[in-house]
Amino acid sequence: MTHRREWIYAWLLLSPALVLLFAFTHIPAISTIWDSFFSTPRGIRPSKFVGLENYEKLLMDDTFWQVFWNSIWYAVVTIPVSVALALLMAIWVDGKLSGRSFVRLAYFAPTVLPLIAVANIWMFFYTPGFGLIDQISGALGYPSVNWLGNPELALGSIMVVSIWKEAGFFMIFYLAALQSIPPVLREAAAIEGASRWTFFRRVTFPLLMPTTLFVSINAVINSFRMVDHVFVMTEGGPNNASSLLLFYIYETAFKFWDTAYASTLTVVLLVLLSVIALGQFLLLDKRVHYR
Amino acid sequence: MMATRFDRWLNTLGAWTLALIWFLPLIYAVWTAIHPGAYATRFELFAPLTLENFSNAWNAAPFARYFLNSFLLVTFILIGQFVLCTLAAYAFVRFTFPGRGILFALVLLQLLVMPDILIVENYATMRKLGLVDTIAAIGLPYIASGFGIFLLRQTFKTVPKELEEAARIEGAGPLTVLWRVYVPLAKPTYLAYGLVSVSHHWNNFLWPLIVTNSVETRPVTVGLSIFSSVDQGVDWSIINAATLMTSGPLLIAFLLFQRQFVQSFMRAGIR
Amino acid sequence: MTFLKTMTTTLSAAALLASTAGSALAVDLQFFFPVAVGGKAADTIQALTDEYAAANPDVKIDAVYAGSYQDTITKTLTAAKGGTPPQLSVILAVDMFSLIEEDAIIPFDGLAKTDEDKAWLTSFYPAFMANSMTGGKTYGIPFQRSTPVLYWNKEAFKDAGLDPNTPPATWEEMVEFGKKLTKTDSNGNVTQWGVRIPSSGFPYWLFQGLTTQNDVILANDAGNKTNFDDPKVAEALQFLVDLSVKHKVMQPGIVEWGSTPKAFFEGQAAMIWTTTGNLTNVRDNAPFDFGVAMLPANKRRGAPTGGGNFYIFKDSTDEQKAASFDFIKWITAPEQAAKWTIATGYVAPRADTWETPAMKDYVAGFPQALVARDQLEYAVAELATYQNQRITTIFNDALEAAITGTKTPADALKEAQAQAEAILKDYR
Repeated sequence: MTHRREWIYAWLLLSPALVLLFAFTHIPAISTIWDSFFSTPRGIRPSKFVGLENYEKLLMDDTFWQVFWNSIWYAVVTIPVSVALALLMAIWVDGKLSGRSFVRLAYFAPTVLPLIAVANIWMFFYTPGFGLIDQISGALGYPSVNWLGNPELALGSIMVVSIWKEAGFFMIFYLAALQSIPPVLREAAAIEGASRWTFFRRVTFPLLMPTTLFVSINAVINSFRMVDHVFVMTEGGPNNASSLLLFYIYETAFKFWDTAYASTLTVVLLVLLSVIALGQFLLLDKRVHYR
Repeated sequence: MMATRFDRWLNTLGAWTLALIWFLPLIYAVWTAIHPGAYATRFELFAPLTLENFSNAWNAAPFARYFLNSFLLVTFILIGQFVLCTLAAYAFVRFTFPGRGILFALVLLQLLVMPDILIVENYATMRKLGLVDTIAAIGLPYIASGFGIFLLRQTFKTVPKELEEAARIEGAGPLTVLWRVYVPLAKPTYLAYGLVSVSHHWNNFLWPLIVTNSVETRPVTVGLSIFSSVDQGVDWSIINAATLMTSGPLLIAFLLFQRQFVQSFMRAGIR
Repeated sequence: MTFLKTMTTTLSAAALLASTAGSALAVDLQFFFPVAVGGKAADTIQALTDEYAAANPDVKIDAVYAGSYQDTITKTLTAAKGGTPPQLSVILAVDMFSLIEEDAIIPFDGLAKTDEDKAWLTSFYPAFMANSMTGGKTYGIPFQRSTPVLYWNKEAFKDAGLDPNTPPATWEEMVEFGKKLTKTDSNGNVTQWGVRIPSSGFPYWLFQGLTTQNDVILANDAGNKTNFDDPKVAEALQFLVDLSVKHKVMQPGIVEWGSTPKAFFEGQAAMIWTTTGNLTNVRDNAPFDFGVAMLPANKRRGAPTGGGNFYIFKDSTDEQKAASFDFIKWITAPEQAAKWTIATGYVAPRADTWETPAMKDYVAGFPQALVARDQLEYAVAELATYQNQRITTIFNDALEAAITGTKTPADALKEAQAQAEAILKDYR
């Protein structure tokens, strides 16, 4: 009897959160998969079951493959770089450093600025001829570079902005973790004559492993979610060289109004995220010491 | 000894170089915002100063309204998240019931399948609910946050059993225990999570872009994006003035609270 | 007794309601428009709507700036699908087919009741109406209409030993002038490019200038067949690519649209192609004497029209539709259109606007304003098809691929034609 009451109580507490979770995450995720087997309703033509047709179209879609690999590259580069930079930043602002609070503010500032707005600033930096980068490199005698207008460079230029935006955010997590490492450990290591590097490798880094797992899961999610700057800086161009999956989904759904194909693309994104998260979990889990 | 001093010097240099690069966009924003448009791409020490860009930006778009919308949105989301996530986390920690494991897994799934990527379906849902172009529609998908439930559950787990039992002996019901024992002990988690949530939703763009159509609902980010459209040529001075005006409050808040911020993260055990 | 009492109360209440409804015939209109704010354009729109509202107290117009053209069409379609469209909006003329396909707009013909109204419908420049009518019906009323023109820096021309008052008249001259105008510093880096034809975002528009000059049309009038793989289109694209690659008079890679006026002011480019909608911007901000010319000719003169039309949305009441119609009629009338043209540079869409005293004064002091109007004689309809967003995206991608050297012009265009064909074959 008491058990039954506990159950009901627990379910009551859970229900508001669960209703919203199901309404906006689980059910849409399932209906996305469902919709990917139907055609897009257009005007007089209603939607009909088309089986795997959308997936066949996907495999034949050059733009999709381009965007798919862009997203992979984007993740492969921005995740490790921003996490590593975050750790470096955290170590710097955790140690003795003159002007520490300014440095900390500088690292963290990008987190607070809306990406959609700072993208305009970055666009100026990248402008060929009179943009900031070109003004500096021109003064040093280097040739002008069309960062955003060259398909080889556009994605990289976008990545730099993401790393700039993300690293400071992750730094906060590392900083909190570093500050909770007991100073005794460092003293003990100093007595044993361990170098800073050895100490970092043997003590700090392993202790930070749970943070690294947490941060890198966040980084994965963000790397597929952050597309705001693409809107402003390149609109995915030149010729989709800097387009990302979520941006392509947005275009397909809200510019071309091909919702069935957009659902198909979303399914790919869901699968991709699951695979990466699973891999990451298996890879990092062995090295994480949960307390 | 030489080596360590050199080492420290090198670290300081590295840290400052990176800091300056990281700060550069903000410096540039300030530069353009306080100089006339002609100096937006030319850097002369004695360029004339002006505040006109701010007043132009302010008059050109209803930023006050956007601000209010963003504020309402963030408050709505934050309160909703706190209430719903607290209740759910408490249920997971305090009660045993059939399906607990599966339900928690489903909650964690949201860390991965975040509403941001389900824009197509969620838009259709909002249309069916007749909520398109409302602030509620921007916030609703985020209120039941897997991340929030997870964090609070982790914190609640560390609450000593003795405290709870003591309260229960005094005759407190489960909700009273939650309110008197669990919530106060989780304050740092609320602060840390709240800050992350506020900065995320203040800056969120794609979903609000899709689901809002009017000045009455548009948050600052969407307002800024349409404000800075470049069909008739880009005007960095006025765009940057607008950027500074709209991100100023958060930036100042961080400046003032940065120590508490980091400490709350530390104590919240987010590491 | 009680029954009667209830009856009378109800009746009188109903009568009261009816009378208030009668006196409050206020019509609310929401109006989306896409011009950059902060400039004179947005102020002018606001001032004009205020003026109209003052003269028509029973109409309330809420003018909402909706972002770029792209933002506005996306927003409007999203709103229309969500059941909350605006009553009227300025949207690219070329989005007409998309709006028809989504069943979002109504033709003006049904709203034009009087002979005067019907005459009004035919009073616009034919070049602009080409993008505003289909199947014998008028769906769009030209307002924020433009055409690309060439702006040139007279000082740079003088420095390069060219006649500052003679713009290039042909492709050859543009290249020849461009070579003289392209300057390099001691490191061999270019400090001033001869010409700048922006290619970011929507390269098809300016490119359509080149194809028209090469005497080829990109799509049929019905909007269901494209002509991207015509050899003359490839020739035009080759010319565009050659400007950077062979003649080296234009910055290589994709050239940003938004920063083009700024590049002109900063002396980064001596000649730019951009919309006449930038005329006032250039006039106010160029720190040097500048000229405005028609685009240079090749096989013929030519340019696309561009810019936005007024549309009236289906999902409104009859009163709203009538009020929208009246407002559009008013704002495109000569007096108002003159104010708009003077403030922005957009081309006044009716011949009689150019006869108003305000316009005559303006043109007398600033003859550059006439260039765009005169170019209309050579102008063709902007590329518009069914599934316009998707077709132009395909075409833009092909252009960008060729400009950045990933594909040859001929290959890129052939692929684009095949993709467009796959989509448009359903519409024939």
